[in-house]
Amino acid sequence: MLTIRSASKLFNPGTVDEKVALMDVNLHLDKGDFVTVIGSNGAGKSTLMNLISGVMKPDLGSVSIGGTDITVRSEAQRSRWIGRVFQDPMAGTAPNMTIEENLAMAYNRGRKRGLSWAVTSRRRAVFREQLSKLGIGLENRLTAKVGLLSGGERQALSLLMATFTEPDILLLDEHTAALDPARAELITRLTETLVREMNLTTLMVTHNMEQAIRLGNRLIMMDKGRIILDIPASRKDGLTVQRLLGEFEQISGQKLADDRLVLG
Amino acid sequence: MAIMSLVSFNGALELGLIYALMALGVYITYRILDFPDLTVDGSFTTGAAISVLMISHGQSPLLATLAGMAGGMAAGACTGLLHTKGKINGLLAGILMMIALYSINLRIMGKPNLPVKVQDSLFGGFIKSDAWTIGGISWLYLAMLAVVAGLVWLLLFAFLKTDLGLSLRATGDNKRMIRSFGGNTDRTTIIGVSLSNGLVALSGALIAQDAGFADISMGIGMIVIGLASVIIGEAIFGARGVLGTTLAVVVGAVVYRVVIAAALNADWLHLKSSDLKIITAAIVIVALVVPTANRALKQRRQARRRTAEIASASAKGGK
Repeated sequence: MLTIRSASKLFNPGTVDEKVALMDVNLHLDKGDFVTVIGSNGAGKSTLMNLISGVMKPDLGSVSIGGTDITVRSEAQRSRWIGRVFQDPMAGTAPNMTIEENLAMAYNRGRKRGLSWAVTSRRRAVFREQLSKLGIGLENRLTAKVGLLSGGERQALSLLMATFTEPDILLLDEHTAALDPARAELITRLTETLVREMNLTTLMVTHNMEQAIRLGNRLIMMDKGRIILDIPASRKDGLTVQRLLGEFEQISGQKLADDRLVLG
Repeated sequence: MAIMSLVSFNGALELGLIYALMALGVYITYRILDFPDLTVDGSFTTGAAISVLMISHGQSPLLATLAGMAGGMAAGACTGLLHTKGKINGLLAGILMMIALYSINLRIMGKPNLPVKVQDSLFGGFIKSDAWTIGGISWLYLAMLAVVAGLVWLLLFAFLKTDLGLSLRATGDNKRMIRSFGGNTDRTTIIGVSLSNGLVALSGALIAQDAGFADISMGIGMIVIGLASVIIGEAIFGARGVLGTTLAVVVGAVVYRVVIAAALNADWLHLKSSDLKIITAAIVIVALVVPTANRALKQRRQARRRTAEIASASAKGGK
């Protein structure tokens, strides 16, 4: 479904601040794969996401989805295939617009936006049904401004907006990191349900190792712009945080040190 | 004692409805796109210049008015292109177009002031009409203008509820979000600024036909008058949804004109019409500063109260 071939990216090339963000990364996801990505700060996780979503273009290498090479396509063009949820709960929704208007924009993912009514009664019925899946009562607040929702509610809405049109690829960029534990748990559970129901091919960056182990059928670990560990479904079942840390130390020859990593 | 005569009240309402079109244009850029667009000072005159020139050359006033509007849309599209594709700061892009339009407008008119016979204008027949007379003056022209303003408001409101309208609004609200869903924010910005200046130019065309001339300096300060209308409207109605806010802008433009007319009519104030611009600037400054200061004050008061509550609660609990 998603194939990245020898992708490399340098930041500030040719200056004193030159930094390898990604070096010769190869990654292939099959349809329905749910891959969690962990690694310390600067490991290249975000860069990897940005190369897939088109926010950045690789210096070398290629990205393709379902056999189509999209390396040179713009962020907007790629949106037909890619759903995204950001870390910031404010980033994925428009605060001064209503819940149904936000959903209408998501409904048109990657399509041409013309002069037909955005919110029709037919669409509204779809939105209501979809919102009820979240189980937090948003289906009764279709005309409420999104800015009035709490961070958790907004992130749940963002997640729904990113998924309900069943994109080929779902990118989750630490989308529970900015929430309190209870809300993070709610979003995690919703993610699990939605991804399973729609069999979405998913790449999820997380700082929570326990979450990375619990979710998905495959786990990759990144360090200094490379994928240093790729744990398939067969080995993922018996995995613990301790063993994961052990593997990291063995491969990279150093302790995994990152304040933001949540171990348990 | 009457605040103003019926004639000047009627005149203020007429001007208010025409300027409401300009205010709706400013609302699109300033409020929806979050893009303070100074092009309007030039495009207002462009609309006036094109329509007056065409009418004085014997063209149909409807065609002339629409051509004036198209001129404004073209100017707005240029500003949008400078900002999105040329990566020029929005304020600067607007100022550049405004300056460029000064020369263009002079070229169109050929001289700084171009007259037009009022009876040749789009609503000339209504302006001079005796129909619908109440209190000694005809209200037919005012009714016509109300229909035009109402129609434009309705069309704009409907547009803002379409798929394209939604992505235009999201461009000002959360660019990152609409981009992640494939919205082309460069395109929506250009469309929005263009549409805005089209409305501004339409307003300029109607003002010139109402006054009987186009003048090179008639657009000066338009952006501030537009802002004043938007702010007054929101202060009266509160910003409530697209329907409420767009309607508030129309009402705000009319109220602004009535207030200005009342101020000019009040002899004890000794105001000249040349004082209008500083009054307008003062209205906008007060309307921008007061709510912010108010909010800060309220927040500080609430913070102090809550902290005291929590402190006393924990003191009790601690002992």
